[in-house]
Amino acid sequence: MTRVMAQLAMVMNLDKCIGCHTCSVTCKQAWTNRAGTEYVWFNNVETRPGQGYPRTYEDQDRWKGGWELNRRGRLQLKAGGRLKKLLTIFANPLMPSIGDYYEPWTYDYDRLFSAPVTEDTPVARPRSLITGEPTKIKWSANWDDDLAGAPELAPADPVLRKVSDQVKLEFERAFMFYLPRICEHCLNPSCVASCPSGAMYKRSEDGIVLVDQDRCRGWRMCVTGCPYKKVYFNHRTGKAEKCTFCYPRVEVGIPTVCSETCVGRLRYIGLILYDADRVAEAASTPDEKALYEAQKSVMLDPRDPEVVAAARASGIPEDWLEAARNSPIHKLIFDYGVALPLHPEYRTMPMVWYIPPLSPVVDVLRETGHDGERAGNLFGAIDALRIPIGYLAELFTAGDPEPVRAVLRRLAAMRSYMRGINLAGEREESIPAAVGLKGDQIEEMYRLLAIAPYGERYVIPKAHAEQGARLEELATECSLDYDGGPGMGGPFGEASGTPAPVAVENFHALKERQATDDLDRADELRGRVNLLNWDGKGTPDGLFPKRKDKS
Amino acid sequence: MSALDVTLWVVAPYVALTVFVLGHVWRYRYDKFGWTTRSSQMYESRLLRIGSPLFHFGILVVLLGHIGGLVIPKTWTEAAGVSEHAYHLAAVALGTVAGVCTVAGLAILIYRRRTVGPVFTATTRNDKLMYALLALTIALGLAATVVANILGGGYDYRTTISPWFRSVFYLQPQGESMAAAPILFKLHALSALVLFAVWPFTRLVHMLTAPVGYLTRPYIVYRSRDDRRGSRPPRRGWEPAAVPDDSRRR
Repeated sequence: MTRVMAQLAMVMNLDKCIGCHTCSVTCKQAWTNRAGTEYVWFNNVETRPGQGYPRTYEDQDRWKGGWELNRRGRLQLKAGGRLKKLLTIFANPLMPSIGDYYEPWTYDYDRLFSAPVTEDTPVARPRSLITGEPTKIKWSANWDDDLAGAPELAPADPVLRKVSDQVKLEFERAFMFYLPRICEHCLNPSCVASCPSGAMYKRSEDGIVLVDQDRCRGWRMCVTGCPYKKVYFNHRTGKAEKCTFCYPRVEVGIPTVCSETCVGRLRYIGLILYDADRVAEAASTPDEKALYEAQKSVMLDPRDPEVVAAARASGIPEDWLEAARNSPIHKLIFDYGVALPLHPEYRTMPMVWYIPPLSPVVDVLRETGHDGERAGNLFGAIDALRIPIGYLAELFTAGDPEPVRAVLRRLAAMRSYMRGINLAGEREESIPAAVGLKGDQIEEMYRLLAIAPYGERYVIPKAHAEQGARLEELATECSLDYDGGPGMGGPFGEASGTPAPVAVENFHALKERQATDDLDRADELRGRVNLLNWDGKGTPDGLFPKRKDKS
Repeated sequence: MSALDVTLWVVAPYVALTVFVLGHVWRYRYDKFGWTTRSSQMYESRLLRIGSPLFHFGILVVLLGHIGGLVIPKTWTEAAGVSEHAYHLAAVALGTVAGVCTVAGLAILIYRRRTVGPVFTATTRNDKLMYALLALTIALGLAATVVANILGGGYDYRTTISPWFRSVFYLQPQGESMAAAPILFKLHALSALVLFAVWPFTRLVHMLTAPVGYLTRPYIVYRSRDDRRGSRPPRRGWEPAAVPDDSRRR
């Protein structure tokens, strides 16, 4: 019988991403605002075409992330097997250096106050957070934002290099979009497989991939293993850290910080049921272009009675099955068929999927004087503009243009069908028929993509109450152990001692806030709000600095 | 045997061993989070790529050599037909290669640690002490070998030092046989004892969790949320209430 497992998955609608980086900033505030993780962005937003973060991470000929098939057609880690991993453990030759990410910095703000009176305005010079020395800022996590420096930088984009020369030229004139990225929480995670200590694991209840901070010994192989370069090395504590899918939040049924704060509301979270025994088989599909379909074949239909029976037998609770039936992810992948995985050719079975952007096609039509929302024009343009399709196919379907074309046609059909309803009050049924959908399906899809409320975008079942006592304080890091914070300190400095439980930290933070005599302290950085616990409603104390009475 | 000899070769080994064992137990219980290599590869990898494998592979061979020389009694190797001369030749040849690799690797690593800005900034006082003791122990060991073999006609430590080493573990310490050893060997052993005593409190602990289990475990690790009950194990009598059966799951 099939071994059914549940997986929390995300879909991002790239058409709606405006590249505002709110997700990145709030994620950083919640998770990586600590010493040692200055350069770490669990969530980052890249402009495509561009080199990404860390630079050229998609070039697996160089970084050797993910899996490949060996001569016998079996899966093996691209960076080498177990023995090779252990033999290169003393100096991992495939690990990105800090320069491949960027050298984090701060500014010498104190100089603005302490500088003596002179004719010149004092300047806050940048200082490296790695060396402490004055530095020159040359790169950052989104240095090529909005195609900045693209003529020089974009040609190094590993995805662009795969697309032919002619496409490249047209592309640079016509096409740009944003790609927000978090950990993919893969079904077949190569970071977990690379960890010599066995400290990384996939949670069997919800599929979230985590690092056990007590078992991580800092061998750094996970950084190499992840083809998306979404496991990071905390250079102060010597431990690996990664996106946690905000497990403390999703366990109580609220979405991740990046989803919660997304201005464009482009993220969807829901459950997927999959057949755990078939993952390795599907990941070993010989043809890279067939991996997208192979991954879909591993996922199960939560409305199928047989699947439901197998899921019950596998111990999946009833409310989780209900959530799986209402999952927006399942609808977007299967019912509407508009979501695609990011780089299926890495064979990790990623679980953060993307709806490719149609807007660039519309923009080109509009710029050339055509009606960018008429079905005929759009369909024609999708077929004619090989540029976006070729590039998107390299990102989402290992280079196979057909699935991308089908998705864009469906998005185009939705646009023109809904325009017909809104402007002329007509239901032009030939449009949905042309893309293999029905009119009411198009309307449902429109509702989910455009106006769906909170509860439809995020269908997150709570972790079970009877497990509550066991769930508290599981795994990873807390956001309050910044220098001198309540979470810090052991006998050997900051990297030592057991991490203080979150509840204890909150207690200390609250006590400090309430008991302090010094009013000014509320303005200091230490009074910062823990976004992890914020449900998005109201303005908690400390979100903004308190007004000072001028008395 | 003088009082000093008893202190150095009978008392000190047990003190060092006790601290070594209990220290590790304590560190593992109290400070799992700090149990790491604290790799500095992010900051600098060019020198590390040469120095670190040189040092680590060198020291592993040195370790094997020590096991061969200290743990395996002379009578055993002779029973196996290996003459003292043949053993000595093999030990000196292998030991010299491994020793040179270790020293060269360590020299590169210390040079790197001192000259590469971020690496030096990340070096704690604890690290400096550890480096000093490690370098001292290795230097003394190499010096003892060189002096004995090049200046002298070779020294058969398997008649004095090895029996003492084993006797410590039999709990019948023969301090007098170690007291008879040349001064450099004595200093080497003493600095090693100090090194073992500080070992559990330094980053050297990473050696004890060398990931050999990786060779046999399945690639993908699944773990249930039920695996661990909070960041600290429940005290006896405070186990959380559990649902007796899975009735909630139907």
